[in-house]
Amino acid sequence: MTIAFSDMTASPTRTLGSSGRRVSRFFETGSRGVAVAAGGVVILALGGVTVFLTVQGWPAWTAASGLPQNASSLWALAGPLAFGSVWASAIALVLTAPISVGVALFLSEYAPRRVARVLGSVVDVLAAVPSVVFGLWGLMVLAPMLAGPYAWLSAKMGWFPLFSGQSSATGRTILTAAIVLSIMMTPIMASVCREAFTQTPQALREAAIALGSTPWEVIRLAVLPYGRSAMISGCMLALGRALGETMAVAMVLSATPGLVSLQVLTSSNPNTTAAFIAQNFPEAHGMQVSALIALGLVLFAITFVVNAVARRVARPRKEA
Amino acid sequence: MKTIHLNKKVPVALIMTAAIAATLGLGGCAANEAAGNSPTTDAATTGGTSLSGTLNAGGATSQTAAQEAWRAGFQNANPNVTVNYDATGSGTGKQNFSQGGYLVAGTDVPYTAAEASGAFASCATGSTLVEVPVYISPIAVAFHLTGIDALNLDSSTIADIFTGQIQTWDDPAIAALNPGVTLPSTTITPVHRSDSSGTTENFTDYLAQTAPSAWPYPAAQSWPSDLAGEAAQGTQGVRETLSATTGAIGYLDASQASDLGQASIKVGSSWVAYSAQAAAAAVEASSMDAGRASTDLVIDLDRTLTDPTTYPLVLVSYMVACSQYADPNDGALANAYLSHIVSSSAQQAAAQNAGSAPLSQTLAARDASVVGAIK
Repeated sequence: MTIAFSDMTASPTRTLGSSGRRVSRFFETGSRGVAVAAGGVVILALGGVTVFLTVQGWPAWTAASGLPQNASSLWALAGPLAFGSVWASAIALVLTAPISVGVALFLSEYAPRRVARVLGSVVDVLAAVPSVVFGLWGLMVLAPMLAGPYAWLSAKMGWFPLFSGQSSATGRTILTAAIVLSIMMTPIMASVCREAFTQTPQALREAAIALGSTPWEVIRLAVLPYGRSAMISGCMLALGRALGETMAVAMVLSATPGLVSLQVLTSSNPNTTAAFIAQNFPEAHGMQVSALIALGLVLFAITFVVNAVARRVARPRKEA
Repeated sequence: MKTIHLNKKVPVALIMTAAIAATLGLGGCAANEAAGNSPTTDAATTGGTSLSGTLNAGGATSQTAAQEAWRAGFQNANPNVTVNYDATGSGTGKQNFSQGGYLVAGTDVPYTAAEASGAFASCATGSTLVEVPVYISPIAVAFHLTGIDALNLDSSTIADIFTGQIQTWDDPAIAALNPGVTLPSTTITPVHRSDSSGTTENFTDYLAQTAPSAWPYPAAQSWPSDLAGEAAQGTQGVRETLSATTGAIGYLDASQASDLGQASIKVGSSWVAYSAQAAAAAVEASSMDAGRASTDLVIDLDRTLTDPTTYPLVLVSYMVACSQYADPNDGALANAYLSHIVSSSAQQAAAQNAGSAPLSQTLAARDASVVGAIK
């Protein structure tokens, strides 16, 4: 960092005269200004959103009537929806995490370079597919395909609490929604992990090899510990996408707002906050609008907490 | 070096030409508007093609396809008018109309009598609220069973299916209504809308009025949250779920139900399949909502009609306007556009484009007399 900096300031002085130095100073202060302004915009946007959500949603916090779903209070409405958001995202994360780490390990450790490059860009393209496309695919292809396996699961493994209850004939359950979410999360988490894995210091790998490690032991001793914080922050980035995902969930999930249930194969599933807002906003008016905006604030708070926790966990361990 | 210079000059020249053109163009627009103002006020009475301006409208999503047909027809006849219809939903549409953002609005849920006597931003003082039924859409109870295209289902059986009291298709309650039909033992999957919608409100209103003991819920835009069942987003979501699932039953805009099995509902003592005429007849046979201004033609839909020429499971959507606008040009535009909407050619166009039921002659004449008086 310091070397690069002194290089940059040194070179114009050498090649250009005093006017060049003035230009260079102009760019120095200019780029500083632009950077500060850009930083400020982020803070302003975040602050603006918070103020908007708080002010516009304010009346709903104390309201006892006129709320969507005839809820008795905002908490009664927000609680089950917050549960739905967290539950769907948690299932998705459980499905995503091993696959993403596997993809990243394959790309960084096992795949021949050319295959890794092609496959790496395929994963990146997957991240760019709009969520409405995943929603359509989930609704029209995945859900009907899963209805059969769900019926089998609930018949054979109905004793397991998550698989209990009458299985959905359409397959549009929270498990399907979570699978769709996990497909959307995988590229994000995989590319974060791959970046970290490929940057494992060669010295660490060589040290492990010198101790007689097999390739898997190299991964276990050198690559995974080095990439630990990247794996966690990848999880959290992916979780952030899942919590806020609206369109795909709204299209795929057969939701009953107000329901809190851990069963993942039935027709009645808890709705997610984001999907609920999107489904009810077009026909909302008066207090309902305030309530939906207040729900946005709740979702915002959940995301904020998830991020804060992630930062804490992902902080690199202090060297002993 | 020279080529670089040339390259640099070309864009400048282009920009200047564009700027001049833009200035001229803008000047032209302004002149048009200034000159156009006085003739447009006359156009309200003559209904000629000299109308100009922009009519911003919006609201109910149910009217989207119909509004497309109406706008196209109207703009063909009045090339200087731009009509925008923003399908924001009924609630937002009414809110924007109240605040003056829309000159006219579409809504599935009319203003209450108390709201209707309030103040509206675009209206002149002393104006009354105009609400006219313009869009009638039969709602079909559709199902997916292999080899069965039609069934008879009365409202209490429908209510029992949607509340989960009846769980299989060969239930004795369904068999009793359909002698001679071999019903499979397939599990019934009732499908409802997950988003709040006018279709749900009219369907639940139908059940609440005709089968109050089997359906203890009030009419509402969102599905009762303590009922289980499959939820799907939007009309297309319901249709997609019904097509993909054997044993599913749902309610949706009849125009979207053509490739599914359809239930005939019980009206009086006969079984009536939906038809455009029967739907329009049900609206005509219902009485007007009492206690409103003479321009406020809100219909109190009677789902308990017994006349077998009516199909009372319908959605009625309204257009909202002022009887007198603060700006006469706005009044002329609203008058011309709403008059176009209730005309028989526009109603036919909507039937083609949206599968709606055209207004009956009596209804159309009643609407026309109100919207023709908008100033």
